[in-house]
Amino acid sequence: MGLSIKLEIYEGPLDLLLHLIKKNEVDIYDIPIASITDQYLEYLKAMKAFSIEVAGEFLLMAATLVQIKSRMLLPVLETDVETEEDPRLAIVRPLLEHMKLKDAAEILAGREILDRDVFSRTTSLSELGMADEDQLVPVSLFELMDSFRRLLSRLEASGGLEIVLDTRNIEDRIREIIAFLKACLKAEFEELFAKDRSRSELILTFLALLELARVGVLRLFQDAATGRIHVFYLEGRPPFIPLAGLNNGPDSAPVEPKANDPENEDPAS
Amino acid sequence: MSINLKAIVEGLLFVADAPLTAERIAQVTEGTPKDRVQKVLDELETEYGEMGRAFVLKNVAGGYQFRSRPELSSYILMLKQKPPTRLSRAAFETLAVIAYRQPILRAEMEKIRGVDVGGTVKTLLERDLIRIIGRQDLPGRPILYGTTKKFLEVFGLPNLEALPTLEEMDSLGVGDEEGLLF
Repeated sequence: MGLSIKLEIYEGPLDLLLHLIKKNEVDIYDIPIASITDQYLEYLKAMKAFSIEVAGEFLLMAATLVQIKSRMLLPVLETDVETEEDPRLAIVRPLLEHMKLKDAAEILAGREILDRDVFSRTTSLSELGMADEDQLVPVSLFELMDSFRRLLSRLEASGGLEIVLDTRNIEDRIREIIAFLKACLKAEFEELFAKDRSRSELILTFLALLELARVGVLRLFQDAATGRIHVFYLEGRPPFIPLAGLNNGPDSAPVEPKANDPENEDPAS
Repeated sequence: MSINLKAIVEGLLFVADAPLTAERIAQVTEGTPKDRVQKVLDELETEYGEMGRAFVLKNVAGGYQFRSRPELSSYILMLKQKPPTRLSRAAFETLAVIAYRQPILRAEMEKIRGVDVGGTVKTLLERDLIRIIGRQDLPGRPILYGTTKKFLEVFGLPNLEALPTLEEMDSLGVGDEEGLLF
């Protein structure tokens, strides 16, 4: 069979049975076994018709139901009336257990869950969405390529097959990036690609970034903890080489370079 | 200057980002009897609850920890760069079976859930919500599963006894069709 679909709605035979009982609004302790069995088998047939692979559990339950149905049809000897157990109990017990489980799961899901509803204190800057500027290291070419490849594959995964008439050239894109960085001085690598909708646009932005880094208009750094790449605008300052591990206070990071402040000049430049 | 025990305990709780136990606090406070520490912890828990602040002190996984109020979750999620805790319906169900019936075999979980649980058990193990706690003395020595301390932390439970009992649920009528989440 070429195509098979995984049905998620009725995860297992007990879920399906429970659904049928609810749908028919019948008492779980007094299940009209003939009608429920027929409906159950109908479902299996429908699943097959849609090429949904019917798992073994479903067939086992079907066999159990049919067996109970046939036992219900057999007369019970008068002497056995007291001792003979209702054959339906064979499915009622697991069903009740299953319902209990669903309640328990619901209770768990409804609790105040850590990192969903309630939160504890955190000391990690990167988890709070801030770059730990003492942790910035120069980005390697391979990391840069990896990040770019991720952007490309994300575009492809989102079905970005649209054809865009692209009239921009690299000079335009460079001007846009400079204008953007002038306003905020620093950005995340991916932020600069946010508007790109096609492969060629992504490539254009990437080339513009490389060119700007080459001529020293911006620098690329990577957060050692998160691996995120940050772009810093140098505002006409000569390019400098950061010293890894250099730590002389929070102002020393290569973040907001002030062109007219000689004290802030990096000694390595 | 003498600092009272309550202030010390509060300060220790403030700097701890994991649940802090009464035992550890007793050690740090030069052998203050544990029951005195516990009394102070109970007082602080009540006070923070009544103050109506954005966070409360909660007894989780055997210790005490400050936690934000659930009303703030959407803002905190915006601040955090981490996706929220998410579990599938199947994961919640399997976790519930393990939590209530531990120690439990995989075959027993499958009997109650009516489906194969291999995938969800693996996910729950990876998320550190369940662990292998031993092997049943049966042919093949099958693995017994139970919940972890992290489970108690994530679900805000002081201990396993604090899980609402299923009988209680029956009497409360929880699980009415209308009330079902899934």
